Amino acid sequence: MASSIRECVWRKEEGMKKKRVWFKRRYAALHDLGISTEDLQSRTLYQDAWKRLKKNKVAMVSLGAIIIIAIIAIFAPLIAPYSPYETDPFNNLQPPSAEHWCGTDNLGRDILSRIIYGARVSLLVGIVCELIAVPIGIIMGSIAGYYGGIADMVISRIIEVLGSFPFIIFAICVMFILGTGIMNVFIALGVIGWLGHARQIRAAVIQLKSQDFVEAAKASGASDFSIIFRHLLPNCLSTVIVIATIDIPSDIMFEATLSFMGLGIQPPQPSWGSMINEARAFLRQVPTYSIFPGIAIMILVLAFNTLGDGLRDALDPKLKNL
Amino acid sequence: MAKYIVSRIGQTVIVIILVTLLTFVLINIAPGDPAQVMLAKRADEATIARVRAELGLDQPYHVQYLRFLNGLLHGDFGNSYFQKEPVLRIVVRAMKITLRLGALALLLSVGIGLLNGTLAAVFRGKWVDRFLMFLAMIGVSAPVFWLAVILQLFLGLHFKLLPISGQEAPGWMIMPVICLGVSHGASSARLVRTNMIEALNQDYVRTARSKGLSEVVVVGKHVLKNAGISIVTLVGMQLRSMISGAMVVETVFGLRGLGSVSYNAVTARDIPLIQGCVLYTAIVYVIINLVIDLIYGVLDPRVRLA
Repeated sequence: MASSIRECVWRKEEGMKKKRVWFKRRYAALHDLGISTEDLQSRTLYQDAWKRLKKNKVAMVSLGAIIIIAIIAIFAPLIAPYSPYETDPFNNLQPPSAEHWCGTDNLGRDILSRIIYGARVSLLVGIVCELIAVPIGIIMGSIAGYYGGIADMVISRIIEVLGSFPFIIFAICVMFILGTGIMNVFIALGVIGWLGHARQIRAAVIQLKSQDFVEAAKASGASDFSIIFRHLLPNCLSTVIVIATIDIPSDIMFEATLSFMGLGIQPPQPSWGSMINEARAFLRQVPTYSIFPGIAIMILVLAFNTLGDGLRDALDPKLKNL
Repeated sequence: MAKYIVSRIGQTVIVIILVTLLTFVLINIAPGDPAQVMLAKRADEATIARVRAELGLDQPYHVQYLRFLNGLLHGDFGNSYFQKEPVLRIVVRAMKITLRLGALALLLSVGIGLLNGTLAAVFRGKWVDRFLMFLAMIGVSAPVFWLAVILQLFLGLHFKLLPISGQEAPGWMIMPVICLGVSHGASSARLVRTNMIEALNQDYVRTARSKGLSEVVVVGKHVLKNAGISIVTLVGMQLRSMISGAMVVETVFGLRGLGSVSYNAVTARDIPLIQGCVLYTAIVYVIINLVIDLIYGVLDPRVRLA
């Protein structure tokens, strides 16, 4: 078997050599005709996608907004005008002013500073949850899709059972068992988050596995592991990128919802969701208190949503303009 | 078709059994002894032991689980620790409010979605489309609880049109329904637009247009009808997320629906009530999924043959 693989590799290299010679000749011929070879340079799928994405102004603006919010979150101590925990009982519940751009809350804390620190929580939740959900989704989805049969049935049932709880109910259960706090938000969102990924990757793998290149890999003696990781998954990478980007805003939204209901991030740690909850008691006195954190959530979620749409269009041009 | 229905119902039964198992495990790995929680701090060892025996907590787990299942089959979810009322009654009462809110919001959201999505698809690329899709994008990105707070602020406090919270004053249902419906309507509009554009590109649309039919007839009669399956998809997807959404909106408006009941059960550590809420919601959810899948099967032969 080993010798046949070596032969395969050798053939491939030979073939590429021939191809290179052929390209050189072709380029030379084109050069003589006065056509620039730059237009004919081969590009990978992702270079193509990046080129398409760069043309999409809305997506680029969203990407810029996300980068700016990330910078603000990382350098929060340098950017925030006040400490998010510093109370000032004499200046509480102030409307927006030159000193406090977004006003102050009931304890006299600067709302803008708390929003800036809250960006850390939201971004962290979005990223960490996808870091948990994507690998689990990939492993479960590819096993179910590739092996089929009992493995598929078991994994599909697990997905169906976990998916049969409305998210809020499930999160309430997790918070009941483990208690509140940011780590448990990650766990709750991670446990639920992989379901959708696994479903999509399973579908993609089933579609891909009947294709010729998988047959070829099997025939040349590749192990299941290498077929899944070297042949199938690279071909669903664009799906993974798109679903991860589209899921980040929903993770952010779920964290905000849980914190709003008092089940997520606990005060005094600033989180956009819990800030809106705190603001509800002071709707009458300072309406702006409840408005600003919501705008922050909206901007971040909007940016991720439009970037996700842009990425989908860029990676899968067939769907474009739909 | 019969085979499809049977296999789909069989799957649902398996899922429901697994859901009961999962609920049972979840509640049993939760910290804290139920007997102790129920009696608070004032009880001595002997009383706790007696209550444990009464609740059957001294039995091995498999016996407890079978008892639990037996109770479920008889419609007995146990009694709430603190409210001294059968769990089923509390949950059903709460579920009625949640489902009513969800159903009304669903109507509103499908209406908004169909109207805006169709308009955007017909005027695709024009300013109408851009404007509507921009609004939809904002609607998708605004958290539903924030929308609720903003509505309270403007409709309730500023213009004093509607009651802010509670379920006593007339019109208490209007604001929660608007809130939930608008928020879900935004995502429906995006979905409807995508499906309508696909339908508008079909050959039969060109035929209808070349026959000289007016655009209203083409869109209203030919395109919308063929986008019908997407509307079923839409309703199905909305129903699933509507339950979660309704539970959040309820807590903002102080309605005694499933959201607030289960939230209060968690804070009070009322285990039978939590179990009841989780299980009942999951069962309703699974059955909704079953019904949607069966409707799919009827509408689209490809689904039942796959």
